Amino acid sequence: MNTAVVTFPGSNCDRDMMVAIAEVFGKQPVQVWHRDTALPDRVDFIALPGGFSYGDYLRSGAMAANSPIMREVKAAAARGVPVLGVCNGFQVLAEAGLLPGALMRNAGQRFVCRDAQLKVENTQTRFTAGYAAGETITIPVAHHDGNYFADEATLDALEGDDRVVFRYAHATNGSRRDIAGIVNESGTVLGMMPHPERAIEAAHGGTDGRRLFESLARSLAEAA
Amino acid sequence: MKKRVFVTLKPGVLDPQGRTVHHALDGLGFDGVEDVRIGRLVELELADGVSDEKVAEMCEKLLANTVIENYRIEDAG
Repeated sequence: MNTAVVTFPGSNCDRDMMVAIAEVFGKQPVQVWHRDTALPDRVDFIALPGGFSYGDYLRSGAMAANSPIMREVKAAAARGVPVLGVCNGFQVLAEAGLLPGALMRNAGQRFVCRDAQLKVENTQTRFTAGYAAGETITIPVAHHDGNYFADEATLDALEGDDRVVFRYAHATNGSRRDIAGIVNESGTVLGMMPHPERAIEAAHGGTDGRRLFESLARSLAEAA
Repeated sequence: MKKRVFVTLKPGVLDPQGRTVHHALDGLGFDGVEDVRIGRLVELELADGVSDEKVAEMCEKLLANTVIENYRIEDAG
């Protein structure tokens, strides 16, 4: 299984993401730099990590979304290669147009850093098959710009197509309809503000994030 | 040639920053402030001949996020 983690200048969760993937997939991911113009051959999974790419200049994720490697990420996503964007990675996916909507400043203006309870709303995706329908899981959040916004028509369409994958059990950042994570139309691109890679082993205080990576690893193994 | 691009949140998009500044102005005793919206000003120094259409394209592709923001282009001499 070939996996890649993209590092932008200002990414700070890339190493956590690489450790999580290495542990679950049993093979070290390739670390790709934002200026690279190619992904690893036959890449099976790409992760965009959290952090503050380009210092959040202009808008969170805006500069990273236009970096050279993103052309390749878009092309891979179009081929159906699974892409996971966490936190800043979600912001990058939204800015790149791979997911609808935008992540705005938290409604409370404060940086929110704590464990969040999430409702798993769709267990039919490659990322969430290992969760039970309606299950509430605990995953840490740490962000300033996690307030998900989309117009009502887009929100209705997302809900209608079961593309809201994670929802905050309690209001967290002002997100429309408490949306914490969504997938694209084909269900292969997932963006989420909470950090599953920070809930991989017992020492993290919880392991609810591990099943996300396990679900994907299983799905990829079955497809191979 | 100079152009100014004003990027503002669309009407209906909540502006938490503007609301906080509004509260602060109230707290300072300024009466009659009915709403505060915060935006962004981008000043572009351009070679002659760069069209407004090109600047609009810059706005669509990078300077504004049209999901949440509007933009307005002005000549600035």
